[in-house]
Amino acid sequence: MTTERSGAPRAPAAEKVLTATGLCKCYGRTVAVEGVSFEVGRNEIVGLLGPNGAGKTTIINMVLGILEPTAGTIHIEGIDIARHRSRALARTNFTAVYAPLPGNLTVYQNLRFFGLLYGVDDLARKIDELLEHFEIARFRHTKCGVLSSGEQTRAGLAKALLNQPHLLLLDEPTASLDPASARDIRAKICAFAAQEAVGVLWTSHNMAEVEKVCDRVLFLSHGKILLAGHPQTLPREYGKETLEDLFIAVAKEPLTLGNNET
Amino acid sequence: MKSLSHIAAILLRQFYLIRSSPARLLPLFVWTAVDIILWGFITRYLNAVTSPALDFVPVLLGAVLLWDFFTRVMYGVTTTFLEDVWSRNFLNLFATPLSIAEYLGGLVVSSIVTSFIGLVVMLILAIAVFSLSFFVYGLMLVPYVLVLFLSGIGLGVLACALVLRYGPAAEWFVWPIPAALSPFAAVFYPLATLPQWMQYVAHLLPPSYIFESMRAILAGRPPSGMGLFWGLALALLYILLAGWYFTRIYRYAVRTGLIARYSAETAS
Repeated sequence: MTTERSGAPRAPAAEKVLTATGLCKCYGRTVAVEGVSFEVGRNEIVGLLGPNGAGKTTIINMVLGILEPTAGTIHIEGIDIARHRSRALARTNFTAVYAPLPGNLTVYQNLRFFGLLYGVDDLARKIDELLEHFEIARFRHTKCGVLSSGEQTRAGLAKALLNQPHLLLLDEPTASLDPASARDIRAKICAFAAQEAVGVLWTSHNMAEVEKVCDRVLFLSHGKILLAGHPQTLPREYGKETLEDLFIAVAKEPLTLGNNET
Repeated sequence: MKSLSHIAAILLRQFYLIRSSPARLLPLFVWTAVDIILWGFITRYLNAVTSPALDFVPVLLGAVLLWDFFTRVMYGVTTTFLEDVWSRNFLNLFATPLSIAEYLGGLVVSSIVTSFIGLVVMLILAIAVFSLSFFVYGLMLVPYVLVLFLSGIGLGVLACALVLRYGPAAEWFVWPIPAALSPFAAVFYPLATLPQWMQYVAHLLPPSYIFESMRAILAGRPPSGMGLFWGLALALLYILLAGWYFTRIYRYAVRTGLIARYSAETAS
């Protein structure tokens, strides 16, 4: 099975689906995100990495319009989310382990509910396709609350692809999956990203996964982007063997790495 | 068109939940039916022990029915909202293109459907078992029901805003609100019965104008057009204020991160 992406670094896609500029988020005197700017291109998978509390979920929440930045702008395909929230969010979707689908509705009912909210055309056919694609057709009339965590992840991904988003936000999408299921899910997401000209922002603590799927990674530390580059070449640029070594260095010695940055 | 689809989504979700759960279906009409039966027998007893010229059925049972309708409208709005609280669905919901106006529209449409079910059951019981007739009110019944409906919507949206602001535990503010308002709304007695300070409060409540007007008709006096006007005007004003307040609280929740950390009940 063709699964993950590999090989030489690819040039960043010219057409941007997400442009975040000067993002800041403060809670009183606590600075959660400070001066973060980045882009996600079409057909590009960007890994947003960093230790717990680095600001990854805060950034994703701001892109999803459920958290207002203290400063900065977010454009989805050129649409300012602050001014045209509904238009921007119609081109976006997400799944996150901390935002499961309502457990008191069946898989089908959830997909129909969210399909209407996202204004999906030919919704019944789309739902059938996604249930087959994520191999959860047999759970069509099962309440999401009684699914295993892996099955819930698949249902969440089906919701995330319902509207064929141009920007897909994935917050640890394989965190609760066994290795075989994780590989399968990664392959499906990569295939979707390649075929549908979608940009993906992907957070994960699994560095092997990030190396396989991401075209580019952004390392966050204390709310700032510390490093950025290709996941397979970036570790060597900072004298580390693997992406995981680099991750640990970012978590433990962010100042040292920040000073190395040119 | 998209707005209709968004509102339909909220209504459809509520339909799915009610259809699959007796715990949601039964409260739509059981408590109101119990109220009608209880007050039906009370009025029957009062009719038996008081002057034959005085009919308590329209005075008390009619008032109970309309007050319960008002309560069901309010609960219809809040229960639909609370479904998102109970299922911790705010992240998924508010990350969609759904606007706040559409969301509130969905809550209102759901309330129309659920409160209508309760109203039909109450009417069947009150008319068939206790011979309640609304013919005495004539066409005035239409604006009466309208004002009570609008008041229930306004109060329901306000209650949703309070839960959004103060977290899931604030649900316990919601349920007693109609009971707390009922003494001021003068559902069962004339406004003049209340002490002056309570009358001041009553004049701020649209239902008080409706129940006062109903009693006037039953007493053979013409209903107050001005009272109906104030009831309607206040109900519309409260809907606007409640919608504004909900939007303001939602923006506060998005600004402070409360939406994303709702179960924490605090943004700090």
